[in-house]
Amino acid sequence: MDFIFYFGEVFTLTSMLLLIGGTIGGLIMGATPGLSPTMTVALLIPFTFNMTPVHGLILLGAAYTSTVAGGAVSAILLKIPGAPANIATTLDGNAMARKGEGAKALQLSFIASLIGGIFGVFLLIFLTPILAKMANSFGYSHTFWLAIIGVTVIGSLEAGSVVKGLLSGCIGMWLATIGFDDIQGVKRFVFHPALGGGVNIIPALIGLFAIPQVISMFAKGRSQNNVEQIKVKKHPISKAFREVFSRKRAVLIGTSIGSLIGLIPGVGGQIAGLLAYDQAKKLSPEKQKFGTGHSEGVIAAESANNAMVGPSLVPLLTLSIPGSPTAAVLLGGLIIHGIFPGPTLFQQYPEVIWPFINSMLIGQILMCIFGIYIASLAARVAQVPQFVMAAIVLGLAAFGSFAVQQSMGDVYVMVVLGTMMYFLERFGFSAAPLVLGLILGPIAESNFVTGSLISTAQNGPFVYFFTGGLNILLVSIVILSVGFSIWSEFNSKRQSQ
Amino acid sequence: MNIFQHRLASGFVASIAIIVCYISFTRQPSDAYLFPRVISVFFLTLALWTFVKALMGLSKVGNGLSAYMFKNMLPGVLISSVYLFFAAKFFGFYSATTIAFFLLLTAYDPASYSNINSWVKRIIITACFIAIMYTLFAKILVVYTPRGMFI
Repeated sequence: MDFIFYFGEVFTLTSMLLLIGGTIGGLIMGATPGLSPTMTVALLIPFTFNMTPVHGLILLGAAYTSTVAGGAVSAILLKIPGAPANIATTLDGNAMARKGEGAKALQLSFIASLIGGIFGVFLLIFLTPILAKMANSFGYSHTFWLAIIGVTVIGSLEAGSVVKGLLSGCIGMWLATIGFDDIQGVKRFVFHPALGGGVNIIPALIGLFAIPQVISMFAKGRSQNNVEQIKVKKHPISKAFREVFSRKRAVLIGTSIGSLIGLIPGVGGQIAGLLAYDQAKKLSPEKQKFGTGHSEGVIAAESANNAMVGPSLVPLLTLSIPGSPTAAVLLGGLIIHGIFPGPTLFQQYPEVIWPFINSMLIGQILMCIFGIYIASLAARVAQVPQFVMAAIVLGLAAFGSFAVQQSMGDVYVMVVLGTMMYFLERFGFSAAPLVLGLILGPIAESNFVTGSLISTAQNGPFVYFFTGGLNILLVSIVILSVGFSIWSEFNSKRQSQ
Repeated sequence: MNIFQHRLASGFVASIAIIVCYISFTRQPSDAYLFPRVISVFFLTLALWTFVKALMGLSKVGNGLSAYMFKNMLPGVLISSVYLFFAAKFFGFYSATTIAFFLLLTAYDPASYSNINSWVKRIIITACFIAIMYTLFAKILVVYTPRGMFI
């Protein structure tokens, strides 16, 4: 129950202002199609440099929570999911809005998000220290395998093709080796002076997530985006609360599926929402109403995608394995503030981590309040033309990357990586495993090299890295995750034929 | 067309993998390249696998790039490249951003170029954006951006 002692830091003026700003900004960004939670968090990281680690993380946490929920606004009012996590919400949410129940759909989605989100954060609070204690006994070989698991799990699940996902992870790990070697101080792969200090994580994150979005907006050309926004009529909030509590089954299905999916690294909110929607439909006595504007569909989908947020941080904070691409970007945010997640995180930085987690709890409540009252405004902002959004994101990406080290080299790295990623994404490669490779690469390398040095004085590298119960378990996870993904890909190809 | 594009993309990745593998196994001291060697073996294997699949026409994931998309993105990519690689240092970061931002709006705004109101709108949006960026980065975050002919 340590977390209770750290609530004070969240209720300071600065923290509350950041929480409110992050929540409102996140809701608006989340509602804007094309601005994903991952990109929003990546673009926000440079603004946290001048802040204390606690304040920086509070801002990023608030943005993460509210962008996921904010995506429901455009899903309901414009029939365009703000983020992939809100695809399932579009199915019934927009149908409700077309029936004149737009306000009700928005209220249901934010209340369901609040319930799911709070449950998810409580899981984060109670599971993280337990897992961290278990992970305390990890040696170099185990940490090395954990880093490899992080890359292979996301690599095999995120991309359209397992091989291309793993290849993206390898590219990320190679990019992480650019610059000076930590042990011998040797320059490696420095093809240009801009790479002298290695590939900085923040410009790379901004480039990999923001630039492909900018180029895809350019690729649409001078097209009009005449999106019809449905007008919202007033609906009493008390009725919405009563409706959510009368739909216990949908809340339960959404919350439990979302929490479980969040704990599995790499699966993400999109699957959580769709799976919860599907299960809620299967188990509902009113199956035929789904898709026609049924409140259960909105409640199940939204409680699931927000319940996923907290648990996606459990493997991140304890094992350095992010549960979602946005969690991977948050890992970058932690690292630039000098905080390296791992088993000892709660012993080393309790004054940073507990206020961060507590702020996510308060952030859920703020997200619900602001979400309900500024949804219409957010929907209006979401209609900002794509060409204006592209120019704004490009400008923010350029300034944000430069601000990291006040170096044009970082801007070049950002733009080259981002442009390369756009083209690679068109051919089935994915940014998430590449980012994970880039972030986890140094952790994998330092543990691999130290482990190798120790192993030469003992029984050799094979015994050190491949024997022992925990090593065998971790290697099995790597093999199983890759094997399962190959099997799923093969199966889906066979079914489509 | 799509098969050719897949070959081109996977060929590009495979060529990077070959260079990385070559450097990792030939440069000294070998201890500094221990981890890159391990990574490059996997990198090369997967890259060649993808390339061979693309050569055989079996690579189907991803939609590739149509001529229409390429034509659309070209002005944006060109303006962005000139802005970031040359203009930012030559004119100064804020001046270059202003010019690039305005050019991007002009290039992609579907409104007619003969419409005076749309020009006024673009100028106002650009001015607001730069004012926010300047306040945020120059005044609040105190970031010293490159100066050229102007700021």
